[in-house]
Amino acid sequence: MSTNFLGIKRLMQGVLFLLAAAAAATAQSKEAELSAKEPLIEQRLIHISEELRCLVCQNESLASSRAELANDLREEVRLLIRQDKSDAAIKAYLVERYGDFVLYRPEVKPLTWLLWFGPFALLLCGVVGMVLYVRQRQAVQKLAQPLSEKERDQVRVLLKNGESP
Amino acid sequence: MKKFLIPLGLFLVLVGFLAVGLTRNPQEIPSPLVGKPAPAFALPTLDRSAPPFGPQDMRGQVWMLNVWATWCVACREEHPLLVAFSKVNQLPIVGLSYKEIQSQDMPSGSKLSPDDKLQRARERSAQWLQRYGNPYAATVFDLDGRVGIDYGVYGVPETYVIDQKGVIRYKRVGVITQELLDAQILPLVKKLNAL
Amino acid sequence: MIVEIGHFALILATCVAFLQAVLPLAGTMLDRPRWQALAKPTAWLQFSLIVLAYAVLTHGAVTDDFSIKYIAGHSNSLLPMEFKVSAVWGGHEGSLLLWVLMLSGWTVAVAWFSKTLPLAMVARVIGVLGWVSVGFLSFTVITSSPFERLIPAPADGRDLNPLLQDPGLIIHPPMLYMGYVGFSVAFAFAIAALLSGRMDAAWARWSRPWTIVAWMFMTAGIALGSWWAYYELGWGGWWFWDPVENASLLPWLFGTALIHALMVTDKRGGFKAWSILLAIGAFSLSLLGTFLVRSGVLTSVHSFASDPKRGVFILIFLALVVGISLTLFAWRAPKATLGGKMGLVSRESMLLANSVLLVVATAAVLLGTVYPLIVDALNLGKLSVGAPYFNAVFVPLMVPVVFLMVPGGVAHWREARWAELAHAMRWPALAAVLVGLGVLFFSTRGTWLTAMGMALATWVVAGLLHQIVNRMQKPGRIPPSFWGMHLAHLGIAVVVVGITLVKGYEVERDVRMGVGDTVQIENYSFELMGVSEVNGPNFKALRGEVRVNKDEKLLEVLYPEKRRYFSSNMPMTEAAIDSGFFRDLYVSLGEPIEGERPQWSVRVYYKPFVAWLWYGSILMVLGGLLAVSDRRYRKSPAAIAA
Repeated sequence: MSTNFLGIKRLMQGVLFLLAAAAAATAQSKEAELSAKEPLIEQRLIHISEELRCLVCQNESLASSRAELANDLREEVRLLIRQDKSDAAIKAYLVERYGDFVLYRPEVKPLTWLLWFGPFALLLCGVVGMVLYVRQRQAVQKLAQPLSEKERDQVRVLLKNGESP
Repeated sequence: MKKFLIPLGLFLVLVGFLAVGLTRNPQEIPSPLVGKPAPAFALPTLDRSAPPFGPQDMRGQVWMLNVWATWCVACREEHPLLVAFSKVNQLPIVGLSYKEIQSQDMPSGSKLSPDDKLQRARERSAQWLQRYGNPYAATVFDLDGRVGIDYGVYGVPETYVIDQKGVIRYKRVGVITQELLDAQILPLVKKLNAL
Repeated sequence: MIVEIGHFALILATCVAFLQAVLPLAGTMLDRPRWQALAKPTAWLQFSLIVLAYAVLTHGAVTDDFSIKYIAGHSNSLLPMEFKVSAVWGGHEGSLLLWVLMLSGWTVAVAWFSKTLPLAMVARVIGVLGWVSVGFLSFTVITSSPFERLIPAPADGRDLNPLLQDPGLIIHPPMLYMGYVGFSVAFAFAIAALLSGRMDAAWARWSRPWTIVAWMFMTAGIALGSWWAYYELGWGGWWFWDPVENASLLPWLFGTALIHALMVTDKRGGFKAWSILLAIGAFSLSLLGTFLVRSGVLTSVHSFASDPKRGVFILIFLALVVGISLTLFAWRAPKATLGGKMGLVSRESMLLANSVLLVVATAAVLLGTVYPLIVDALNLGKLSVGAPYFNAVFVPLMVPVVFLMVPGGVAHWREARWAELAHAMRWPALAAVLVGLGVLFFSTRGTWLTAMGMALATWVVAGLLHQIVNRMQKPGRIPPSFWGMHLAHLGIAVVVVGITLVKGYEVERDVRMGVGDTVQIENYSFELMGVSEVNGPNFKALRGEVRVNKDEKLLEVLYPEKRRYFSSNMPMTEAAIDSGFFRDLYVSLGEPIEGERPQWSVRVYYKPFVAWLWYGSILMVLGGLLAVSDRRYRKSPAAIAA
């Protein structure tokens, strides 16, 4: 008798729990909120922070790092975005404090001319070199052409004259 | 046929750079703030009754700003040196407690008010300084790390030497060692005091 | 005791390698055939000794011998068996042992497959490989021995880095090393050609299959690395222009140029000096990569524990090997004769353009990678060069390379005419333009970059289909190398499609989810059913259950995890991926968030066509396989002499 009673109690508890859970689930289930409260600011943040370096990581962008300082710096960038600062101004703000190291896209200045223009200058050299090489090859080919009939006769004469008597 | 020597030439230049690169540390970042005025701030101090403190209060003397926190293991390493240094030299040291209250300190499901955070930070720091010694003429609290960002802090401990006019003259990322004190900091302080 | 045997075997192998390096080469210079004949036996002996050493280290890993310092540092008793075996190459010392094992493996492969080669040539090639072995073996024995002991032995090991506890570790490094080391064979052939003074087509013909096989492994290794980063790091990226990644891309680019240049040297006797230079360059870049990764001069997520002392050793080795090779090149190469006739527009010139473009691309990546070091060395400060630079410079350089695949295949050797070429390529051109315009006008998010990428891929595919159809209409047997070339080029087109579409159309949602919340992307909905705690063999994890519906119908349930390994307390994201032919659905579980009801930070990605990056790579490797299977590489000595 007592077991039955216990069993029914358990059953009732179970049903109540399920009902409560179902109620809770339907009451609270909804579209997940974006981590970011302001999507437009987040968009700009991602765009800017993808080009910034996480200073305490071993080569990760500020966008992807979950380090403490990275969180703080992203918050700082959000602040600056809310103040309507331009991308360039925000980058300058960080460079002022952390140096060029924080930029993943090196600024184009005399120090980085070789970096930015070097490859294309090299390409130009390569193209010019290639054309010169092909031209040179064609010139050599011309020289290596078999002798014409006239040239053959000339050689015969020269050889005959060079023969010792 | 000198053009055939070009690959060798370029390679030797590369090797030269790589060799020099071996003597450098790619993780050490020089501070762009050296030579610039120390960013202003007004932060609460250890003493509840005192007014907020900032670099403008140190004008007229050469002083040292040491960024630390009780959770920073490396700080404990340099601390005895700072304590000894503070007793011997006339160079005042101001401690900047950086982000003393971390996110893992806050029990999940609740949030601490800024006043609570400051209180807890004061208590913890006072305890720590009592235990390990207090080299600081003043201790200020940068709880959210924004002053740290202004100073380009990225790894605790960090130390700055600032001159009489409030210009940053030196920055060290990492622990202060006796060699560093003797070879770089003390000579610099002497030079600045002579001006 | 066994450990000491392994150590001794390694030292002995170094001595044998020295003999292998000196005697055969001396034999060619002093005209002693008996010394030259020592090449193969010494190669086999060196190989056997290294196999023994490697077996000993593996045995130590498998039996949890923590008295071996390396095993204690990279393994753990709770580590699953497959990772104990792969932990052997999980760290610096062990991976070097794998390197030398593969180097001696390639050497005996050359010894085995060189029955049709003259003895002197074999002696030179194996001799050169011997010098490379001496360098790596002595580096290992002197500075990085994996057999160092730890007395007293700790109770348990420090465990393998959780990031490496993954099938990717089992296959990516071996494939990559096979590639890196494989380019040493082409290098050895090139040096042998310089030493003998005979830089004619023969060296090119012999080295082509070796180069292609090395290139195949390199392609597979890089693709596996990219795939591994994609599913392991938890946020869907597949290429970061990290220095270590660049270190693998550099020899690959040169290797690709080399494959194409060797075609000309083999068939037309042209580009002799250039091919030799490329062969020296490809392996030099392998060595440079080894230096960059293990010396600590560059910051990277991948670097091994860096030690400037080791850096010095490798740098000296690099300087000697490459310096001597390039000096030999400057001395001997000018004597190489020019090849046959070559018009300004011809297959040769297209292949030359391919070389030039790939070399410039390599230079660009190398420049970007070492620029921070150069600036620092000149005391001009510290700067970073990251993805924005590489994307801006590399992509424009590679577009013409891919473009040239079509005219390169269509143009005749020696001389081609513009009008003929243009006529032959009109259908691919039309198809490309149509696709490009289609993307621009009909796709809501189509940018001109997306349009260009798709047009380029269409150009290549239409071009190769056109060439295949044309060829099949002609009489005669079609050699496997023809199929190989087009399959490999198709692979590249597939990769281009993958990159273009994933970059153009991927969607990321960074959200907070509680139980029952949903996220909607395109016609997929992701619902968080719950998060539970699970225990693994050597970790504890939070496991989320995410139900994925497509058009309201259940598609799959995904289980992203956030693991914490006992040994290192490092949190690791195990993303859950539903991989499909046309798209990947990627869910990554983050930290729990404080709030009134339990929530977790979750990132959901929709990545269209990302799998095409790896399908394309597979096609490239298969193309290489077909090319190597060509019968001409398996001709008997009699047939070659004929």
